[in-house]
Order: sequence, then C-alpha cells, then structure tokens
Amino acid sequence: MTTPTADVLIIGGGIMGASIAYHATAAGLSVTVLERGAIAGGTSSACEGNILVSDKGPGAELELALLSRRLWQRQAADLGAESFEFDAKEGVVVARHEAAATALRAFAAGQRDAGVEVQNMDLAGLLELEPNLARDVAGGAWYPQDAQVQPMLATARLLARARGRGGTVQGGTTVTGLIRDGERVTGVTTDSPTLPSITARWVVNAAGSWAADVAAMAGAPLPILPRRGFILVTEPLPVLIRHKVYTAEYVANVASGEASIQTSVVVEGTRSGTILIGASRERVGFDRTMNVEVLRRLAAQAIGVFPILAGVSLLRTYLGFRPYCPDHLPVIGEDPRAPGLIHAAGHEGAGIGLSAATGHLIAQVAAGITPDVDLSPFRPDRFGEVTA
Amino acid sequence: MSARRRAGESSVVTGLVAFTFDGRDLTAEPGQSIAAALLAAGIRSWRTTRVGGRPRGLFCGIGICFDCLVTVNGTASRRACLTEVGGGDRVEHQEGAGHADDAC
Amino acid sequence: MPTTPAERTRDPDAFDIAVIGAGPAGLAAAVAAVAGGASVALIDGSPRSGGQYWRHRPADDGALHHDWSAFSRLRDGVAAGTSAGRLVHLAGHAVWHVERTAEGYAVHAVADERDVEIHTGRVIIATGAYDRQLPFPGWTLPGVFTAGGAQALFKGQGVVAGRRVVIAGTGPLLLPLAAGLAGAGAKVAGVFEAGRPTGILRRPMTVARAGKVRESLGYASAFARHRIAYRTGLTVVAAHGTDAVQAVTVARLDTDWNVVPGTEERITCDALAVGYGFTPQVELAADLGCELVLDPDGSMVVRVDERQRSSVDGAWVAGEACGVGGSALALVEGELAGLQAAAAVTGLALDAPTFAMLERRRARLRAFASLLAATFPVRPGWQTWLADDTIVCRCEEVPAAALRDAVTDLGATDARTAKLFSRAGMGLCQGRVCGSAMAALVATASGRAVTAGDLAATTRRPIAVPITLGALATGPVAQSLETPPIPVAPPEEVSA
Repeated sequence: MTTPTADVLIIGGGIMGASIAYHATAAGLSVTVLERGAIAGGTSSACEGNILVSDKGPGAELELALLSRRLWQRQAADLGAESFEFDAKEGVVVARHEAAATALRAFAAGQRDAGVEVQNMDLAGLLELEPNLARDVAGGAWYPQDAQVQPMLATARLLARARGRGGTVQGGTTVTGLIRDGERVTGVTTDSPTLPSITARWVVNAAGSWAADVAAMAGAPLPILPRRGFILVTEPLPVLIRHKVYTAEYVANVASGEASIQTSVVVEGTRSGTILIGASRERVGFDRTMNVEVLRRLAAQAIGVFPILAGVSLLRTYLGFRPYCPDHLPVIGEDPRAPGLIHAAGHEGAGIGLSAATGHLIAQVAAGITPDVDLSPFRPDRFGEVTA
Repeated sequence: MSARRRAGESSVVTGLVAFTFDGRDLTAEPGQSIAAALLAAGIRSWRTTRVGGRPRGLFCGIGICFDCLVTVNGTASRRACLTEVGGGDRVEHQEGAGHADDAC
Repeated sequence: MPTTPAERTRDPDAFDIAVIGAGPAGLAAAVAAVAGGASVALIDGSPRSGGQYWRHRPADDGALHHDWSAFSRLRDGVAAGTSAGRLVHLAGHAVWHVERTAEGYAVHAVADERDVEIHTGRVIIATGAYDRQLPFPGWTLPGVFTAGGAQALFKGQGVVAGRRVVIAGTGPLLLPLAAGLAGAGAKVAGVFEAGRPTGILRRPMTVARAGKVRESLGYASAFARHRIAYRTGLTVVAAHGTDAVQAVTVARLDTDWNVVPGTEERITCDALAVGYGFTPQVELAADLGCELVLDPDGSMVVRVDERQRSSVDGAWVAGEACGVGGSALALVEGELAGLQAAAAVTGLALDAPTFAMLERRRARLRAFASLLAATFPVRPGWQTWLADDTIVCRCEEVPAAALRDAVTDLGATDARTAKLFSRAGMGLCQGRVCGSAMAALVATASGRAVTAGDLAATTRRPIAVPITLGALATGPVAQSLETPPIPVAPPEEVSA
C-alpha cells in the first residue's frame, strides 16, 4: 500500500490550519489537515473571534493585520458573512485618564500614517457611539476597521470549503513524529490505524499553543508558550454595547512580558445577546483551574467602563491559552533549521484576526510564490538560543 | 375567584397578597411563587422568547430551566417559580431578554 | 488538608464541614455531622430546607408529602444544631462555585444578590437531581410542565397544573404525581408510561426489602379510586396548541420507543406533565475535579467509594448526585457521609454496628434503585419523534436540524463542538434541560454511542448559578459559624 501524499500537510485543525487549508486549496494544492481532537477544539474555541487593527502600532504585525482584514472581508463574501457571523462592528478605545488619552492620540497618529482608519473622539463623541459608557472617560478613538466573527463557525466553514476543493480533514488523529529525508522534513507519522503516515511537500505546524511540541519533534525549537486568559459571558441581553470597546491600557498589557496577572477591560456584545468581558493574561502553563480573583477584577473593571453591567448576571466563564512568543510576533514561514517544515503559530491574542493573512501567505510559500508580505520579521530562527 | 386548590393547607389562611400582572389586579396565597399565583389565575404564559417571539411560562418549576422569566418591579429576568409574591409587586410580561429601557 | 483534630482549627473562621444541598441527603448529612462532633454549614438555594422531595411553603403541615415525619425530625435536628451553636443553616444561598484552598475549601454562594464566601475543611455535596427531558414537537408550549415541575407546583404551592392533565414519560414519579393531582380534584386524563415495567413484578423481594410494597399498593388503590388509566408502552409524542397546550398525541411505542404507525390518539387537555427520569446535578463536584462516571442510567454521576468519598480528598457526595436512587437512599447515604466526614474531623472511630446497619440499608435501597433504572430505561427511538424544526434547546431555540447539521455540515465530532456551532446548551440553563438529548442526537448523527465526553459538554459548569457582575466585583461577605447569615426568607415555621 502506497503512503498517501499531499502537497501540504497541516498539523492542527484550528483557525490557522483551517485558513491555510482554505487558501492552499484555492491555489490548487492538495491539502490534508490532521487534528488530534475536535476541529477548532483548542484556542479557537476559547476566544472572542476578534479581527482588530486598532490595537497594533506601526510595524510588521500591523501590516499583517491590515492585509488580514481585507482578506477576511473577501472570505466573508466568498463563504457568506452570515455563515460565520462576520460583523464589521467597529472598535472603540477609551482612555480612562488624561495621560492615557494623550498617549492614545499619539499612538493613533502613528497608526493613521501606517494606513489605519482612526478618528479621535471626545467624551461627547464617545457617548454617541456608546450611550451606556461611563461618563468619567478622558477621551478615546474610533476604529471603523475592527470586526468580529464567530470563530468556531469560521473554522468550520473554511475547512468545509477546503474539503469541497478536495482537501482531507481528519480529526482524532495525533501526529507522533516527522519523517525526514536527510535534513528535509518530508512527512509525518500518526496514531491513526487508517492513516499511519503521510508524505508531503510541505508540513505546516499550525498547532497553536502546542506548536512548540511540534517544533521540538523537528529539533527546531520555538519559544511559544501559553498565556492564559479568562472571558466572562453574561446573560443574553438586548444591545447595550454596540462596538468592541476596550481601554487604552489593553495595548500596554499585551506588550508586557510580566508573568503576574495582567488585566485590562475588553467588552463587546455578540449576535446572541451575551456580552463578553475580558481580558486577563497569566503565565500558568496549561493550568485550567478557575481563578476567582481574576473574575472579580474583570467584573469590576468592566463595570468601571459600563456601569450598567453591575446589575447584569454572569452566566458562564471560559478560559483559553494564547500561544505567545517573547517578542509578541507570530512565527510564519519555512524553518531554515528544518527545510520542508513551515510554522504558522504564535499569534497570541490575534490569531483569529491574523489567520486570513497567514493562510494566504503560507499558501504562497507552499506554491512557490513570493509572499505579499516580507516574512523576515516572523522567521522561526530569530530567537537565538532557545531551550525547547 | 379561580379554582385554587387548598388541599393540605392548615385551616387558618392568613391574608392574601395583592399584586398586579400587566396592570391586572391579582392575589396570591402567602409564600406562593409568582408562577403559581399566575397559573392559579389561569395565566399560563408571561414572556416571549428572544428569537422566535414564542410564549413561555412555567416548565421545570424548580429554577433550573429559566423558562419562567418575568419582570418584577422593573427588574428583568426573575424566575417566577422561585420568586415569592410580595405585596404590591408589579409583575410584567417580558419580551425576550427584557431590559428594553436600557437597550441602545 | 487537615486530618487530625489539632489541624482542624487552622482557620478559626472555617467550618469543619460544609454540606451543599438541604434535601434528604444534605439534611441527613448535616444532622449526622453535628451529632458526630463537627461544626456544619448547611447551604441551600431555597428559602426552606427539604430540597425537591419535601418542597413546601411555611404553613405546610405535610399532608401532601411523603415521610413528613422524617423531614420534621431532620428539621428539628437542624434547629437543635443551630441552637447549640454548631450549625448555621444558610438558606437562600445558591452556590455558584467551590474551590480548593490550602486549608480545605472555599464555597462561594449568592444570597440576596450578595456574594458570600464560606471556608470549610471538608465538603459534602448533596446537590440532588432534576427531571430528565426528551424533546418532542410542541413541548415548548405553555401548559407543558416537567413531571417534577407539576409535582413542585402541587406539593410546594398548592396549585394544580390544570383541570384536565395528561401525565407521560417513564419512571415511578408518574404514579404519586397522578395520585396527588387526582386527589386534589384534577381530572387526570391518563398516565402514559413509555416503558413496559413488567420487570419489577419479577423481583418482588427487592421491592419488599426496600419497603416499597405499601407505597405501590397505595398508588394502585388511588388509581382505582379516581379511575385513572395507567397505560404502558405508550407516551406523548407531540403536543398541540397555538399559544398553550390544548391537546396531545399519544402513540404506542415498540421496545426501542419508535412510534408504531397508526396507533396515534389525540387527547384533549390543558396541561401535560412529562418526565423521563432524573439527571443528577454534579457541576460542583466536577469543578473540584471529582471523578465522574457514566451511570448505566445514562447520566454522569460522581464516583464514590463505600464511605461516600469522592476521588478528591475531603469531598464526600451523597444522594442523587452519586446515582439516582430516591429519597430513602439519599437519607442513608447522607447519614453515612455525615458520620464519615465528622469522624475524619474528630479522629474518633465510627461506631461499627451503626455503620454496618447503614451499609445494609444502603445495599437494599441501591438494589431497588438499580431495579428501577433497569425497569425504566430511556430507549433511543425518541429521536424519531422529532421533526427538523422541533426545538431541542429551549433557551436558545435551537431546532433538531441545527444539531444534526452541526455534525453533517460543519464537521462536529463531539457534543461540545456541536454546542459551540449551534448554541444548543449555551443559554441560561447552560444545558441542564437539553444536555442529554443533545449528546444523544450528536452521537446518533455521528454513528456512535454517547460517551462521557459528550455529556461533559453540559455537565461542567464553573459558574453553577448566575451571579451579578456587581456582586462579583464588590467581593464576598465572609460567613463563619459566629456570623448571623444574610436573611433571605421569613424564618421557617417549625410545626408544633
């Protein structure tokens, strides 16, 4: 029996693997996706589905985000916006204090120069956008390009389209090792009795928060670690909050490398009427124990921005593990230490948003086309001495 | 007065509790839940669902299904089966998730 | 974890034992624990103790209830423990989370919209169960109640569900419900038992040893007196009406519960009470990491050893949460758990004859419970009663077709993924009502049997009851043995 083969073998059936499968099959490549659990079962099922440009300063990540926003719009047109609840809901950033408001204006100016649509807002303007906002806000900004999707449905629709173009998606299948021909990675072995090995022109590591494990298999370590976040979900409500709203402190927290708990306010409504409240960042490995103190802090902060939330009930909470790199940039591209192995992981809290561009760029790499974005800021071997 | 059953109660009945439902004057036995009082008055539904606009009333009776939501004295989404009628309570049917006055 | 008497006072504000749930199991556990020398917090969301089985209003004299004398004794035991300063009954305190701490456990409850935190060395989880439901066309019409809901309405509120009531489903609860409603003057238009419970007639000794003979004969005579038809092998497969139920369709079922074509009958009614057994409430135990097992009855239950201990040190479980078995079994398990937990606190050995007697009683009652579970199983043919547009998740109004599409179109391979695709189980009840039905539908669409993993999707609930963001943010009020509890109801009237 001959070993099955594909142009692109993708490890990971979350949003990243789904996007790569969608774009690679669109480019005429044969694709197999292997997912060890259920599709979208990792961080893709534990996030908010955000597509943001507002939280990124000028640089490589912003460039990626702007491209990705455009591609998401095309994906919505292709698959049907309602099929994954694509909502161009726009973002509002508020600064609680004058110093933060000043910093935000400077930040926005830089973003504007880099191609982001942003409008500074005073309190009156903010209240028009969000009538339930607290009155003690110093200033803010409006970002019309921010959007949201339902991440589970988005993952499913992207994979379904890939399957429709001849792609194979197999869940419940764990990759147990990489096959090499000399230095080159040429396939994988799995624990599936029906698909014990597959050879491929390209093997893609899209294993998200677990991407370091796959990289270790190749002897090409990546410093991708989990950063835990909790999200509070309220009872269903009529529209009380119209946009994705977060405080200017959010940007500072993402950039922080601190291990201790970092929280900021991120609040938005959803199609179903529930309100999602975040955001927290902790480095606790993959610990799934609930942290009541974090929940209290998130609740208190959210009420500070939207006082009306005090009387709203918490319905459930969930947690997810963002895959992050020490320099807060993802890893995208072929690994010079393991030719044939491409990484597409480490997008931290921006995975959903950046997945469209990542999928498109990886498909270009796999098809032998020069990528539309310079991938050198995201190269896998940029970390120097890394202990696996 | 509607056909409320008094089986099993002690013979001394303390004063009935007066309340309104959508402006209609009703009474409840002391300690009775809003759901029970409404059902005793022949009212079987007191809210409409968020998506389909369909009527709902009591279902599980023990507070786990959240079907029996009703607005009481302006507070939305109270479980009628768990909320005892208070004298003078203003009970109103609820459309969807309630909170209509706060919606923007 | 404190294991010796010297260690148990490490946190002076902590209780020795927190009993969560004040139904038969919790009451028995609390009273036994106090008798065994422990300080106890008895925590329950209802304003009065008794759980579902003894649900009542302040003036109730128990005429509509079973075994009221047992309840009175336990209620008196709670009052005595309170007077002695060894027990605090936290009524109206709904537990939303339990977590482990360095000294034992912290129980988080919401009372009168305030967050309350109770520290304890050990916990006894006695959170009971609620009706298991199967969806069918028209089940969301007002006037359709769960069997337990109709029972609670009648016993706890003195209100009869309707003038002409149909009762359907499976299980022994249908009998006292019919007898009670008929005794209160309702016309019971029929009791339709989907199963064929002849098996129980072949095990008379099991029934007798459990002390159930008199009860069974009592129902038979009530049915005869009120001319209630008890028909087996039939159930309600659809309810009809515009804005409330006006009629139901009853049909004969084969042994797998598929409808036998041509046997449908239409029955006029203004209320339908329907129930298919019980689902244990295990989310708090799951939160603590207690091992759960898939019961032969089809539900997730907490695994316990012969001492009612869960797999987590310092956490005992009693009653329906460790396997549906009725109130008499819950009383025995609660007493065992209470005595065991108190012995762990005091270091004193348990009285061997007492323990042996309780164990024997538990064995008899468990045998009866197993017999009931085997007699009243849920058979898979109910899935064929559903139309594509039959609502499965009542809260989010998700139809059966959406769940099946989640598997066939969207690629869901387990119930959690199907839940996140379709929103079934994501509404206010967090899957309590639709969870088992959803798991079964997903499994069938995937061509396999239901797994524990499927049920986990709606069994784990880190937030067990809703709490306002304001209460969460404000932070907890600490509750200790000396603190007067937050009052949430008029004081219980103790019967003379």
